[in-house]
Formats: sequence, structure tokens, C-alpha cells
Amino acid sequence: MTFEELLQIPPYSLGHEEKHALLTERLLGLTEHHLAHCPEYRRMLDSVGYDSGSISGYEDLPFLPVRLFKELSLRSVPQEDVVKTMTSSGTTGQAVSRIYLDRTTSANQQKTMVKIVSDFLGASRLPMIILDCPSVVKDRNMFSARGAGILGFSIFGARKIYALDDDMRLDVDGLRAFLEKFQGQDVLLFGFTFMVWQHFYKELVRLKEQGVTFDLSRGILIHGGGWKKLASEAVSPQEFHDRLRDVCGLDRIHDYYGMVEQTGCIYMQCECGHLHASVFSDVIMRRSLDFGVCGVGEPGIIQVVSTIPESYPGHSLLTEDEGVLLGEDDCPCGRKGKYFKINGRLKNAEIRGCSDTYAARFA
Amino acid sequence: MRQDLHDLTGVTYLVGSADIAAAMPAVPALPPFDGRILDFLNAAAKVLLADREAKAYPDVVTFAFWIRGASTKKLKERFCREEGHVRLGRGVAFHIAPSNVPVNYAYSLTAGLLTGNANIVRVPSKDFPQVGIIDRALQSVLDMPEYGEMKRRVCLVRYGRDKAVNDAFSAMADTRVIWGGDATIAEVRKSPLPPRGSEVTFADRFSLAVIDADGYLAREDKDHIAQDFYNDTYLTDQNACTSPRMVIWTGGKREEAKSEFWRRLHDLVRKKYTFQSIQGVNKLTSGYLAAVSREGIRVEPHEDNLLVRVHVPALDGGIMDLKDNSGYFFEYDCNDILELAPLCDDNRCQTISYLGDKDMLRPLLAAGVRGIDRIVPIGKTMDFDLIWDGYDLVSRLTRTVAVG
Repeated sequence: MTFEELLQIPPYSLGHEEKHALLTERLLGLTEHHLAHCPEYRRMLDSVGYDSGSISGYEDLPFLPVRLFKELSLRSVPQEDVVKTMTSSGTTGQAVSRIYLDRTTSANQQKTMVKIVSDFLGASRLPMIILDCPSVVKDRNMFSARGAGILGFSIFGARKIYALDDDMRLDVDGLRAFLEKFQGQDVLLFGFTFMVWQHFYKELVRLKEQGVTFDLSRGILIHGGGWKKLASEAVSPQEFHDRLRDVCGLDRIHDYYGMVEQTGCIYMQCECGHLHASVFSDVIMRRSLDFGVCGVGEPGIIQVVSTIPESYPGHSLLTEDEGVLLGEDDCPCGRKGKYFKINGRLKNAEIRGCSDTYAARFA
Repeated sequence: MRQDLHDLTGVTYLVGSADIAAAMPAVPALPPFDGRILDFLNAAAKVLLADREAKAYPDVVTFAFWIRGASTKKLKERFCREEGHVRLGRGVAFHIAPSNVPVNYAYSLTAGLLTGNANIVRVPSKDFPQVGIIDRALQSVLDMPEYGEMKRRVCLVRYGRDKAVNDAFSAMADTRVIWGGDATIAEVRKSPLPPRGSEVTFADRFSLAVIDADGYLAREDKDHIAQDFYNDTYLTDQNACTSPRMVIWTGGKREEAKSEFWRRLHDLVRKKYTFQSIQGVNKLTSGYLAAVSREGIRVEPHEDNLLVRVHVPALDGGIMDLKDNSGYFFEYDCNDILELAPLCDDNRCQTISYLGDKDMLRPLLAAGVRGIDRIVPIGKTMDFDLIWDGYDLVSRLTRTVAVG
């Protein structure tokens, strides 16, 4: 099956068996493709004695740790075919992932994203409020995860405004005018979880104390990027939701899980609060001790597989996140496929030894 | 100009005080292995060995045995044979201990005391229980009237990475001892020493193990060997400078020896080692990075992530840059010991632990390699000695008075 054919399948329509067969075929094909076109990938798989004949399902395929994309330049296309290089938003001084996209992979990322998100927003485009500043997408040559996320979701917006200026201040007048113009309609809001909290929610609270309020009860918020920073402020997902609702009536809120290494295949949170795998990708929770596959309810390291990556060998990756599979094909929201939750980042190892660990200290 | 130690903020004196530290330049130096020092250390050993809490920490117990009179007497016999000239401590020794090894600072202090110096020791920033136990023992002996004279020779301090403090202690140091590896050395060297100040630095190192397969197979005590090797490696997350990162096999029945050796080690690791989730991801990453770097690298099939072995088909100088820890071993089949020369001709190469005949390693030394500072049996890599990292600490921490 080609990727175009795959795209015709509604994203949450396949049960376990069908999806398993489909993904196994596509991911085996991608493994062969990268073996043939990425010499580094071939060496890696040779080193572990990879044999396609012993693969009975995609859970048997090798997975690359995401960190490798920070250490190595991994491409399965000639440099001249690369149209975009995406980078992860690493903290200053830290290595960043570099993901090379050709025309096909880049286009497939966007098409996939449309299929997934449309399942939650409907087919028509909505007025869109981007909860970030315009400068984050200015440099088109080097896409940061934040910029890529905004551009990726922008295709769901008919008319767009950035709610923050480049000093991260809320544009109160602009926001008011925009909401008045689209009064009585659904409005899409998009931003990174921490930005939403820090520069939008907190500002709304401050304004409310001054008697300035906004009604976002027709808003649908999609946000992602992780809870690490908010966890340090002791804000739970539930509290995030409750307090946004209290301050501006926003009640349709979808977190999503995704990473720059597998852009396009995002995992959207449904109305029941569960993250969902679409037919284009999957998660496999693995035991840290032996990388065996975890059962339902058993926390493990999250492996992600994606049917998209052709220009770089990122179709099967081991993240450094821990998650729990909650079930498969039976979420009360009606969507098929696996649904899960994220527990957070794996802890850095505490290692003894004679050499002081500077890097860890300043990370 | 020397800064007044009393003005330094953020320095905690666990033993001693700013007054004591400030007065150290006036403390008379002693000859190495002076009887008063040996008595003092022996008294501290007694306190430690009687300490109920200390028994829970093998590293503390090992240290206590090392500073007992019987042990220091042997050291004295080994190191005090010279005739005709006089040795004395250099004066004030300033020690920077590594932050993530609990008892190393105590060994460094002991080396400073045995060589007749007054010592300021920066202890690990991490709050290891071992530090509290040892400090308590030292304090209790210092408080005994018969050892009151020792008080002016010991200051144990804790402070953050503060250049002003490094400046102050370095300015008064006749000798400076820096543990903690390349990054720490670079940091501390920003603080100048006086013109006559000397320095001993313990840089980033790597170590290897060489096992004669036939010799191993002939041994009856294979479980004991596994325990020894475990102590050399997993006990410090295989991240001490002395921990072997590569196992080199010589002899005939290598495959048989390997499977015996690793199976027994794995059994032990499963029982004793505290595994952290990220370590599995780290080892997977390291194996793939190694595979990309060189042709013919093979990650041996492994039943779990506790023990990962990576077969290296040929040795070159750069392979050790790809080392990892916590149970990640390069492995090499060796037909001629001189094949190790590219690895050992590197001044970062520290300890070779061996199982078999140590003379098999002599051709390497004869080849004039820049590395290899210690050759010890497997199980002995962590045994501290006054000859360490290629330095004779007794001579490095003393000066020689030529008497004609």
C-alpha cells in the first residue's frame, strides 16, 4: 500500500488486526528503504544482526533512540533533495535534533496532520488565534519545533492572529476585535502548553482582576509541548483545564503528544482525556530492563512508529518519555487504535565515578 | 594579595575553621610518615571500625583498614628507604575532591597528612552519608587532648563552584591536588598558585581489562572472579577512572571463556545492581553510535539491558571516545598483545587489570606507550595506593632537602 492509499483511510477507523497488518507492511518497507539509502542506518542494523525474515510484526523492528538525531546527520535522500531541516527546540548549549525533509516527506507530514486534526475540528477551517509571537516562525530555513507546530496547525485557520507581540505581551485590543468579528462562531486557539499558561492564562487572570474579561466559550484550544515546565509550577493537566475554563469559559481543550522527529503523526487528546494513535502511527510501551513490550496499565518507555518518514530513518524511534497504554480500540470516545497517557521524561541517570559531571549540573 | 579567609561567603567548615585554615602557612611541616600522624590515623581507624553506622558502608570500612597502624607501617617501609637527604611536607596542601565519589576526599587527605602537610580539603558537594561518618570520626579524634596538635593540620570544607574560594585557597597552597577530571582541572586552574606551588591533577582516564581465556577457564573460583569484576565495574557504575570499559581476550578458548564469564557476571548484576531506566536507552544509543563510527562493530545479543557488549573488530586510538558506563563493554579478540598499542599509546589510558600472567603485558610497556599507569589483578582496580595515576604521591607532596 502506498502512502497515498493509506491517507484515504479515516484516521481512527481500523481495529487492531487490520492496523497491525497495515503498519507491519509499511514499516517493513520503510526499513528496507532506509537500509538501502542511509549508510549509517545500515551499519546500525548490521551491528544488531537485523534480519527482515525474522520480523513477524512491526513491534519486532529495531528502533533508534531519538538522541541519535542529535549526534548524527541521518538522511536517506541526497542533500540536494532536502527542502527543509527541522530542529528540536533544545535549551541553549544543548545539542538539537536535525531532521531532513524532502518534498514528499514534508508534504506527507502536512497531509497526515490534516487528516488527524480534522477528525477533531471538522473539515472547515476556523478563525484561529495563535497563542505565541510572530517572530517564532520568521526564520524559515531553520524550523524550531515551536515554529513548525504553529505553521503545521496554521492550515486549520481561516483568518489568523498572533495573540502575543514579540515581547510576549498579550495584544488585548487585537484579541478583542478578533473575537467580536467572529462572535458566535467556533474559534481555534493553538499554542505551546507552557506559553499558553505563562503568557495567556496568567494575563487573563490579571486582566480579570481589573475587570477586563474575554468570552472564549466557543474556543477550541489545541496545545502541546509537554508538561515539564508546568509540573515545576505544580500545574496538573486537570488544573490547567479547570482554570482556563474559569477565567474565560474555554472548555474544549485538546493536549497533543508529538515530536519534531515524527512531525505529522501527532497523538491528539480526545474528549475523555486520552491520547490517541491514528492509523498513520503507533506507540509501543517498552520495559526499560529488556525493551520487552508492556501490557495495558504497565508504565514503559514510549516507542513511536510512523508511516511517514522516507527522507530520514525516523520511522521507528525510542523516545525518552515514559507512558502507559490505557487500552486499544475501546475508548469511550469511539476512536479505534491505542490510547495512552504520558507520565513524563525519564530521569537522568545518577552515575558515580571520578569525573565530575559538569554537563548534568548545568543542563 | 591574600584574601582574608574570614571574608569568604558560602564556605562551610565541616572540620576545622577559617582561623585554622588561615594559620596553616605557619604550621611546621613534618617528615613523611611521622609517628604522630600514624598514631592519629590509627586512632581514627579505631573510631571508624567501632562505628555501627560505618559498617553499612564497605568503602568506609576499606578506608578505615587502610589508615590503621599496621597498614601505614607497611607504607612507611615501602616509601621511606632513602638515605642521605631529608624529606619534608611541602607545607599547605589544598585538595579538590571529586563530587560523586564519597570517600575519595578521605584518601586524598590521608595522602596529604602522611606526607607531612597541613591540608584544606574540599569534600563532595553531594551529601553522602559516608562523608558525615568519616568527618565525625576525625573530629572525635581531633578533640582528644593527645591529638590536639593535629587540629591545625586538617580543614574539611564544602562550597559551591566558587572561583573566589578557589583563588583564596590556591593562593596559600604549596601544593594543590585536583581530582574530578578534565573539566574540574580546567576550572580550578583559573585560580593561580604561588610561584613555588606544585600541582597534582587527576584527569579523565579510561581503563581496560585483559583476560587470558585459557587461564580463566582453568580457574575454580569463577564466581569469585565475577564478584571481583563486578566490584571493579558496576560498583561505581563502571564510571570510575579505574573501571574497565573494554575487555580484551587472549588465549585459545575465547568463546567458551566469554560465555562463562559474562553469564556469571550477569547473574550477579541481576541480583545486586540498581538499574535506572535511562541506562538502557543510553546503552542502545552508544551501541548504535559505535556501529556508525566503524565498520564491523557487532552488538552481541543480550537478554536484557543490564549488560551490553560491543564487539570491536580492530583497535584504534579513538574508540575509547565512544565508551559508556553502567554495564557497557567493548570487547576485543587479541592475538598479539601489541595490537593494544594504539589504545595504550594515549595518556588517558590508566589501569590495565588482568587475569592470567601479567608478564604478557610487558611488551606494551617496552613499546614506550604514553599510557598505562597501573597493572593490577582483576578485583584490585579500586585499591588506593600512594602510587596512583602514574604519580608517586609521597615524592609529589614532599620536598627533598639535599644535605651535603
